[in-house]
Amino acid sequence: MIRDQKAIVEISNLHHFFGKGTIKKQILSNINLKIQGGQIIILMGQSGSGKTTLLTLMGGLRSVQKGSIKILGKELYGASSNQLVKIRRNIGYIFQAHNLLKFLTASQNVQMSAKLNKMIPSREIQQRSHAILESVGLGQRVNYYPDALSGGQKQRVAIARALVGSPPLVLADEPTAALDSHSGRDVVNLLQKLAKESHCAILIVTHDNRILDIADQIIYMEDGQLMDQYRTTQMSV
Amino acid sequence: MKAPLAWLQLIHNKPRLLVALAGIGFADLLMFLQLGFQAALFESNVKLHNSFQGDLFLISPQSNASVTMKPFSRRRIYQALGVEGVESATSVSMDFAIWKNPENGQSRGLLVFGLNPDSNPLDLPNLSENIEVIKRQDTYLFDDLSRPEFGSIPAVLNQGQTVTAEMDEQQITIGGLFSLGASFAADGNVITSDINFHHLFPHRNQGLIDIGVIQLNPTAHFESVQKTLKNHLPPDVLILSKAEFVAWEKQYWQTSTAIGFIFSLGVGIGFIVGVLIVYQILYTDVSDHLPEYATLKAMGYRNHYFIGVIFQEAVLLGCLGYLPGVSVTMLLYSLAAQATNLPILMTLSRAVLVLVLTLIMCIISGLISVRRLNAADPADIF
Repeated sequence: MIRDQKAIVEISNLHHFFGKGTIKKQILSNINLKIQGGQIIILMGQSGSGKTTLLTLMGGLRSVQKGSIKILGKELYGASSNQLVKIRRNIGYIFQAHNLLKFLTASQNVQMSAKLNKMIPSREIQQRSHAILESVGLGQRVNYYPDALSGGQKQRVAIARALVGSPPLVLADEPTAALDSHSGRDVVNLLQKLAKESHCAILIVTHDNRILDIADQIIYMEDGQLMDQYRTTQMSV
Repeated sequence: MKAPLAWLQLIHNKPRLLVALAGIGFADLLMFLQLGFQAALFESNVKLHNSFQGDLFLISPQSNASVTMKPFSRRRIYQALGVEGVESATSVSMDFAIWKNPENGQSRGLLVFGLNPDSNPLDLPNLSENIEVIKRQDTYLFDDLSRPEFGSIPAVLNQGQTVTAEMDEQQITIGGLFSLGASFAADGNVITSDINFHHLFPHRNQGLIDIGVIQLNPTAHFESVQKTLKNHLPPDVLILSKAEFVAWEKQYWQTSTAIGFIFSLGVGIGFIVGVLIVYQILYTDVSDHLPEYATLKAMGYRNHYFIGVIFQEAVLLGCLGYLPGVSVTMLLYSLAAQATNLPILMTLSRAVLVLVLTLIMCIISGLISVRRLNAADPADIF
């Protein structure tokens, strides 16, 4: 599938507030950002900088209050919960806590994600799930339950789950935090490969200095605003 | 993945599942016991009525139940015999007497039936074999299912010895046994001839009887004979079919005593216990899996998917918990039947009723636990 050059993520004049009345606090101010297919963006900032809020807004997990976010050309502002659900099915989420279902095997966990994807026919669901688990190095453990896997292995299952449908957008929150440098490197290599091959956009929120090299752009957030936009490669935006 | 999420989630935590099944089984047991005892008690009260061999029955409209029978004129029997379609008619008298236990002298009330030994309308075990005995003076047949407090009459008789006892301060002889059983009216029964009956109760007017039992010709048309009798006989008797006769007695115990209410309350309590137990299980299940559900929501699963999972869990729990409930019930029913001499039996309609109540109970719990799902907010898991 050839993707056009339209941005996968387009954020314009985004503001976000918490609370009401006298305790109303501005969390995000005037965010403008574009992410193209094939790009890996790293978002960094102190806790309280608003980066998690931005991530949840981009992921369609929170309603947009003011401004515009377009994911694959679809506007999130004012979207009904039904429309948001449809958009979310195109996004791969990698959370800090893996949140695997304890009563499903690694393969079954990944299949839960594959089942939502209309592009994967049902007879291929198990095969594709096993394939992606293989690519994160867990081919021997597809039928293991989470409690029989190490922390790093669980995170790799969660990553496999996020990527099985080859989503056009991947949002990751500290994906390598629980991993040793070897596993962490494997994971970011996989993300990089995915970005190049499937031309998907990847946004990673992280503190991990070991993986900064894969980013096309590193964005800093402070007090709800985007700071420097430092390019690591000369990729045209 | 072929098995549904609800099933996998349930069997993953086996200790919790077993507790849930025990809880539901217990709630079911409570409901079954209440319903079973209630039915047994009502049934035991109409065992007598069901044992009558007759098509139509005459009773006074002032009689409420077997405990408060009002006698009516014996002439009604003769009048009934004059109606076309009536083949035979016989009478039964009944009254209470104080029995003195021949072994320890304790007094207790029991029910005395007086009937014509040559036209005995009752079909009870051992009755027809022993009926001739009551033609002897002051000789009675004793109900061997009477409570032991009346004395170990059956044991003594079976050893071949004669039993004499005192009833209403008169000496009587027990000539044999039959089987009826306890009821709310009396927990001991004796049967004798109408002659002996009037000897025992000299204050009673010999022209009065309590029940008239009418047999129709096999070719007679039931409704029209009943109608004719109603027109033919004065309004001081009711003319009931056997089904109406049974219902008449049952209805008294069901409605004008506290018994029906108490048992229904018991069933209600069992039901509520079940709802609370299943709700507790489902609520804890959802709470324990909130981050995982939130993740699935983030991935794009809709709310109704999770509602479906909860209801599937609820129904599965209900069906599985029913099985131990019904098994333990059968065991307890037979133990209780032995202990009380009451006809405590499982019926298909009751088994189905409790299954339906169990499913409703689980669905209600599911409905209440669904609210807990709202706490699974995907925005919170980043």
